[in-house]
Amino acid sequence: MNLSSLTIPGARAAVQERKTTATALAESFYRKIGKDDPQIGAYLALCRERAISKATEMDALAAKGENLPPLGGVPIAIKDVLVTKGIRTTAGSKILGNFIPPYDCTAVARLEAAGAVMLGKLNCDEFAMGSSNENSAWKPVHNPHDLSRVPGGSSGGSAAATAAGMAVAALGSDTGGSIRQPASFCGVVGLKPTYGRVSRYGLIAFASSLDHVGPLAKTVKDAAILLRTIAGRDPMDSTSAELPVPNYVAELDKPVRGLKIGVAKEYFGQGLDNEVRNTVEAAIQKFAALGCEIVEVSLPHTRYAIPTYYIVATAEASSNLARFDGVRYGYRAAGVRTLSEMYRRTRDQGLGAEVKRRIMLGSYALSAGYYDAYYLKAQKVRTLLTRDFEDAFTKVDVIVAPTSPTAAFKLGEKVDDPLAMYLADIYTVTANLAGIPGISIPCGETTEKLPIGMQILGKHFDEATILRIAHAYESSRQSSVLSS
Amino acid sequence: MATSPDLSVSARTKYEPVIGLEVHVQLLTVTKIFCSCSTRFGDPPNTNVCPVCLGLPGALPVLNRKAVEYAVLAAMALNCRINETSIFARKNYFYPDLPKGYQISQYDKPLAEYGWIDVPGPKRIGITRLHLEEDAGKSLHEGFPDADQKTAIDLNRSGVPLIEIVSEPEISSPDEAYEYLTRLKEIILYTGVSDCNMEEGSLRCDANVSVRPRGQKEFGTKTEVKNVNSFRFIREALEYEIERQIEVIESGGRITQETRLYNAQEGKTYGMRSKEQAHDYRYFPEPDLLPLVVDEKRRSEIRKLLPELPEARRKRLVADYGITEYDAAVLTASKALADQFEVAAKSATNPKRVANLVQSELAGRLKAKGLSIEQSPISMKGVAQSADLVESGAISSKMLKDLYDLSFERNKDFSVVYEEEGRPQQSRDTSALEKTIDEVIASNPKQVEQYRAGKKTVAVFFVGQVMKASKGQANPQLVNELVAKKLGG
Amino acid sequence: MKVTEKDVAYVADLANLELSDQERARMLRDLNSILGHIDTLNELDTTNVQPMAQVSDRYDSKPGSDRFAYASREDVHEGLRKSLPHDIAVANAPDSNGTFFQVPKVIER
Repeated sequence: MNLSSLTIPGARAAVQERKTTATALAESFYRKIGKDDPQIGAYLALCRERAISKATEMDALAAKGENLPPLGGVPIAIKDVLVTKGIRTTAGSKILGNFIPPYDCTAVARLEAAGAVMLGKLNCDEFAMGSSNENSAWKPVHNPHDLSRVPGGSSGGSAAATAAGMAVAALGSDTGGSIRQPASFCGVVGLKPTYGRVSRYGLIAFASSLDHVGPLAKTVKDAAILLRTIAGRDPMDSTSAELPVPNYVAELDKPVRGLKIGVAKEYFGQGLDNEVRNTVEAAIQKFAALGCEIVEVSLPHTRYAIPTYYIVATAEASSNLARFDGVRYGYRAAGVRTLSEMYRRTRDQGLGAEVKRRIMLGSYALSAGYYDAYYLKAQKVRTLLTRDFEDAFTKVDVIVAPTSPTAAFKLGEKVDDPLAMYLADIYTVTANLAGIPGISIPCGETTEKLPIGMQILGKHFDEATILRIAHAYESSRQSSVLSS
Repeated sequence: MATSPDLSVSARTKYEPVIGLEVHVQLLTVTKIFCSCSTRFGDPPNTNVCPVCLGLPGALPVLNRKAVEYAVLAAMALNCRINETSIFARKNYFYPDLPKGYQISQYDKPLAEYGWIDVPGPKRIGITRLHLEEDAGKSLHEGFPDADQKTAIDLNRSGVPLIEIVSEPEISSPDEAYEYLTRLKEIILYTGVSDCNMEEGSLRCDANVSVRPRGQKEFGTKTEVKNVNSFRFIREALEYEIERQIEVIESGGRITQETRLYNAQEGKTYGMRSKEQAHDYRYFPEPDLLPLVVDEKRRSEIRKLLPELPEARRKRLVADYGITEYDAAVLTASKALADQFEVAAKSATNPKRVANLVQSELAGRLKAKGLSIEQSPISMKGVAQSADLVESGAISSKMLKDLYDLSFERNKDFSVVYEEEGRPQQSRDTSALEKTIDEVIASNPKQVEQYRAGKKTVAVFFVGQVMKASKGQANPQLVNELVAKKLGG
Repeated sequence: MKVTEKDVAYVADLANLELSDQERARMLRDLNSILGHIDTLNELDTTNVQPMAQVSDRYDSKPGSDRFAYASREDVHEGLRKSLPHDIAVANAPDSNGTFFQVPKVIER
């Protein structure tokens, strides 16, 4: 069985039809992880006992000839910002280096209830802050397509593990592009749902109004299956929407002829790498060939997205990370004599440079005298950015854009210039600010054989349409995944 | 209470105090405001906790509907305007008993505003706002093994729902502050949303106080007084602080804006030793919660749950039962007592007599024994029963007094004592009485002669003897009449 | 708006971050660079624009108090979630005596 090309239906069928057992399947993934992950660095922890326990449960069902649940026996891995009961969860940070959560994240619970076998926890940028997975306190992640390059971030581990066949699929989180951009860099599918579509309960918060939980997978269909499993109202998350979950999988094969594809000129301007531009434009032509109508739209406030994002996100983060104080859990600095010392040394030693930078920026933006100029202003511009999309969506069904201005860059290349790193988020942050869904799918590669991704953005709660269009594109193109 | 004897009267009257009070009241919900943990007081430390109130990573708040209902009730009882939409906000600061490093409260758009309380004067003290927020946990500085080196944290209280009630700076004396707090507590108790127990911490008060030259419009620099756990101490603390501020100003100094802690033993306030953080709370709207909407329909539903409030009830009792304002105040000491009284009074033949008995027979006896009305051995039901017995003539007023004495002596309710004494009946049986009178007259010829000789006051002796013979059960008035008749003349 | 060293010290204090001199200098540079970029927001006139503090409040159009009612809960003990057993609650504590969380003494007076 080729683990690198195994899909969710494929894995489930194999277990259901007793071609293999879930246990054997899990073990083969662990062997692959043992062999390949030392070079890639995707995994932070393996939870073998839990995986085998679930696998055994699924094998028992299959042995009785009973119908397996939708993810029965399928090996999945989880980004380390999602809490898992009894399994160390660090959010990629030293300050949670020894934290064992006493509860499960809702998304994880739903996956396991659907039979998924959780292999382990995946590496990420510290507290999901970063676009290259170089900010992990533990180790960087390497792009399976080119080990000298970054996998993207912050869900670098999720993208790399999926791309390298070390998990069938993974869960990640997306606050400013952290699912879509690494998916793009690693040549896999990454979906950021609508805000409120998937519960945030158990997602270690970075920026509460921008955080999303979503799947990374090899195919659009896999992403659709995962979304259907984790989406839906959760009473433990007040911001989780009370709307029914469509059968995304059933809708995948519906025709796309006649759908209107928006192309925003602001997304094809300066700063976009030529190879990326050409590849995405060719992909757009593919849509025309499929019978879609290509419509030019404008998202005039696009250039204000980055500053808006970096105020809102860091402001909320500065507050969300205040709970990491060494009092009730996590790291506490040694040898502290006063409370003040305890706070300051714990946070200084436990938090990385990028995290501190964002906390400082966010605290500054909220501090006395600056709230109106920064935070309030940014939230107003956010309304304008959202209106841009709402206006555009009166004319088109989806908007297609590049996911990132470039393909994967080299490790260490952007570490010293945080602003440059931030500016690369330009195509992804807008979806977080507006709360609209977005999917990144592979659409080609550079001359250096690095994956290029394109984004399909949709209306609020219209994941069905973006999945359908993505699926149609994928079917019409032979997307290749790195084979082992 | 330490005040400077050097501060002359003229110095004191030169200035007027300006006081604002911030009261935090815990709501009597079963569960916390943002999670399903119990709010029960006194449980073993850190047993009513969950990921949410522990501030674990990934946890999210979910609002308790009952907390909203209680907050709206309190706001209505305080005459506030309820804002249809209010927003939760984060108040960011670090403290070991604040698990998330921020408190979820309300800032820009609170639940209620523009209320008032009337205090004796009469004077109306404005209430700026009333909003919902969560309580922090408890920090203990002593009473556990490493107390000299460490502070211990118990998070059972973290997340208990609070309402914060902020008065306008319209309170102009420590006495007025005391009155305000007394009225506030009474009103909140009547709504039933809190037990307002300062000892257990379900009611807490901080005071903001400044002084200014009498007649000046601008406020002086204020200080905040904390750590006061009774209304009496608040009054004392304010008295001290006002004097202190006047002294400072009079001697040419300036007031530092700071938080001062009250030391009840010494009767003084002290500036806090720890460096005063500039209180930059960096408020912003809470992204994890949705706006709170309380529309007119909901407000009317809640308004129906509002009981008759103390002031209104007192006025009505005076009107309905003809009792004094003072007694009305006594009877409305608690809503439960007032309810009991009215139920009893309304079921009695003569409600006014019930009220009267409370006033005349019960109050004095309670005072003599140092009991509060809630501790009375005779219940309102008992008072009503005794009233009915007197009303029907079954017992005399004298008999009632005796039975009341016995009740207090034996610490038993009236009905119990009445049974124990064998349901004494006032004797109205004229023939039996006449027989008794004849016997007494027959056995006391000397006194009969005295009476016939013109000493009419001897009749009292005969009445006394008859009463004794009848074990007090004879109707005194009737005895008087019959004795006079029998003795003739 | 330019960030000064004093600002950096003030904000580090608010955020309880102990920055080394080197970190402080870097922070000053980085913050100014980022904030310089953020100043572009001032090009926009947002006088009559509502801030978008919550995203989910646009998802419910039910009338009056029913709006968002789904996002609240009944006052039932452990209705939404069980409380944690005591030993689990303190299990992750860096310093606990088994009953309380402990921190270095807070001196107030």
